[in-house]
Amino acid sequence: MTWVLLAAALAVAVVVAVALPFLREPAPASDALHELDPAERRLLEAEEERDRALAALQELEADHRAKRISDEDYRAVVGSLRRDAAEALRTLDRLAGGPRRAGTSDAEAKID
Amino acid sequence: MAELGRAALILTFGLSVYALVVGGYAAWRGRRRLAQSARNALIASFFSTLVAALVLVVGFVRNDFSLAYVAGHSSRALPTPYKLSAFWGGQEGSLLLWLLVLNGYAAAAVWLARKRARDLVVWVTPVLGGIAVGFAWLLVVVSSPFDVIPAPADGSGLNPSLQNPYMVVHPVALYLGYVGLAVPFAFAMGALLSGRTDERWIVATRRWTIVAWTALGIGQLLGAHWAYVEVGWGGYYAWDPVENAALMPWLAATAFLHSVMIQEKRGMLRVWNVTLVSLAFCLSLFGTFLTRSGVVTSIHSFTKSSIGPWFLGFIVVAVVFAVGMIWLRLPQLRTTAKLESLVSREAAFLYNNLLLVALCLTILWGTAWPMVSEAVRGETMVVGRPYFDFFLRIFGLPLLLLMGIGPLIAWRRASLRGLTRTFAWPAAVALATGVGLIALGAGSSTPGLVAYTFSAFVLATIVHEFARGTAARRALTGEPVPTALGRLIGRNRRRYGGYVVHASIVLLAIGIAGSSAYDSVTEGRLARGQSLDVGGYSLTYRSLGEREGANATEVRALLDVRRGGKDLGTVKAGKNAYSVEQQVSNEVGIRTDYLTGEDLFVIAEQVNDDGTVFFRVFVKPLVNLIWLAGLVFLLGSVITLWPDAREERRLATRYASARERSDTPATT
Repeated sequence: MTWVLLAAALAVAVVVAVALPFLREPAPASDALHELDPAERRLLEAEEERDRALAALQELEADHRAKRISDEDYRAVVGSLRRDAAEALRTLDRLAGGPRRAGTSDAEAKID
Repeated sequence: MAELGRAALILTFGLSVYALVVGGYAAWRGRRRLAQSARNALIASFFSTLVAALVLVVGFVRNDFSLAYVAGHSSRALPTPYKLSAFWGGQEGSLLLWLLVLNGYAAAAVWLARKRARDLVVWVTPVLGGIAVGFAWLLVVVSSPFDVIPAPADGSGLNPSLQNPYMVVHPVALYLGYVGLAVPFAFAMGALLSGRTDERWIVATRRWTIVAWTALGIGQLLGAHWAYVEVGWGGYYAWDPVENAALMPWLAATAFLHSVMIQEKRGMLRVWNVTLVSLAFCLSLFGTFLTRSGVVTSIHSFTKSSIGPWFLGFIVVAVVFAVGMIWLRLPQLRTTAKLESLVSREAAFLYNNLLLVALCLTILWGTAWPMVSEAVRGETMVVGRPYFDFFLRIFGLPLLLLMGIGPLIAWRRASLRGLTRTFAWPAAVALATGVGLIALGAGSSTPGLVAYTFSAFVLATIVHEFARGTAARRALTGEPVPTALGRLIGRNRRRYGGYVVHASIVLLAIGIAGSSAYDSVTEGRLARGQSLDVGGYSLTYRSLGEREGANATEVRALLDVRRGGKDLGTVKAGKNAYSVEQQVSNEVGIRTDYLTGEDLFVIAEQVNDDGTVFFRVFVKPLVNLIWLAGLVFLLGSVITLWPDAREERRLATRYASARERSDTPATT
């Protein structure tokens, strides 16, 4: 009997857990999930692109400093990486349509 | 007590169905509270599964033989630690462990990603719920651990092979690996279902993938050591189907961990990455199928059952779902970035991927061949060790070499002059090692010699990398060497943790090459006082003793060991006779030389009534480097996994605005 009661208690506990969002908010102003719209999604992708370009540039600098990469290889790649980073920043500025977002000034400083 | 266990499993099944169906509906229709409710159901299903698992543990500890599963896998005399092994010693317990680990991972993954990737988690919940439904269904309907019988006076005991300390931890580690691969798979599928194929699924699952991959790697090494000390045939890996079943998803996950870096750095290989993560998960299901279905004969497979068709159906559903989703989202997965040069880091990682996948698929073919031949020709044909060894050399040796080359080439492109300068020193070390080994007589095995030479090359590149990085840091900061080294690793955890993992693979390669290509073996029937010689050792059989252990009669032959006229002590080998289980096991004797990493490995194959014993004795050079590799591998993984505050801040900044937007309920 004890085991049956414990099983019943467990069932009640999980039902409460599952119903919790409805118990907390019985009548919310909105029940819709916010989904990123196409513009927000492009913005997020541009931020990823910016981070990717910046990380690539940082890694190249570190590799060059540690002499993992020769001067010749460094010169062959650094230009295109800088261009990619600048392009990513421009895209981000255009999409954000306003003041630079966090992290951008760091990136600019490194590219300069 | 069985009622509570059964009820808990039924609840788990119901919650998983809820997470799948309601979670899927909530994601499709964009219902916020329903999505949260489905997520809660997934988390609650972990706790209900935990209750079921605890009921079974209590059943074992209390010797409750009214539970058919406990009666079939335990006995009163079974030592308590092995009652824990008995939990997963049979099919029902193993499936329960699978479900417990899965729901634990699922609960933790959706909870931790609920803020950074909220709109993704909404789609991940039904995928994880769907996987849990499959296993909960098996436990509730097909193969319940809570079936009740009239309690016998004693249980039938546990297979003696499982009465080993390794069996307390090896299956858990293996399952943490197998099941953990469900998390990256679910996030990848969630990303495809939602159409959000940005990097968030990779960011959200990076650590989960490494945790699962590490656990699977460690689980395999623990299993190999168990086979070495317990199965008593003198080896640690026999290309057994169940061993292969764990190796295949590990290889696929290794390929994924490398190729995902190309996506992170260059935005390339998106299709390849979701394919690899799906392959790794489906192979982990296939591994569980092989282990649990009884479809193949294996020293690691302790059950024969009828769940095979269910599992096969489950695998088919997973494969069709994954292929369908990848096909559906192909246009969104395509990228504009192209491989700029065949001599670049991304190209090296791509070669590494091709070799890993080729090795994985070759092993899959060899492992599945008995089933395929049975289905097609009506007779079971088994692929032997030479097949696997051949492909391991063909694909494994170039992989070993690439491990040294890949991390040192520049991204995008590298010049010949740059490469020559980068690799001159490691290549010289490798060449000197090869020449030195030939001079020392190691040329008897070409694959062994090549493996050692490549290992020297990779180790040289790793040492060079640490030295160069530390020097560069010192030049910038003026820090002392230990500080500079520590901070170098601390600020580049993924890179230097990766190097440590590579070093562990080199140790593994050296250990495998040494113990398999350069081992010695001899055998003979000895009477007391007689000796045999092997690999420079001389063993003299002294006496035979017998004693009653906790649940077995232990017979041990005692041998004196000498080398070069020097007394090295004794070694014992024999057999255990388990009365309850009515089985006999080999108990090998191992003498380890910690300085050279060599083992003297003694098997008492046959103990005769006249007191003579038939011994088989191996000398296995460098075999202990394999086990050392496990520790180094774990260290490297921990370094890689350790949270990096700067990286966390960067990601937090990137996703902050998306989070702010999704925190605000939509007004429509």
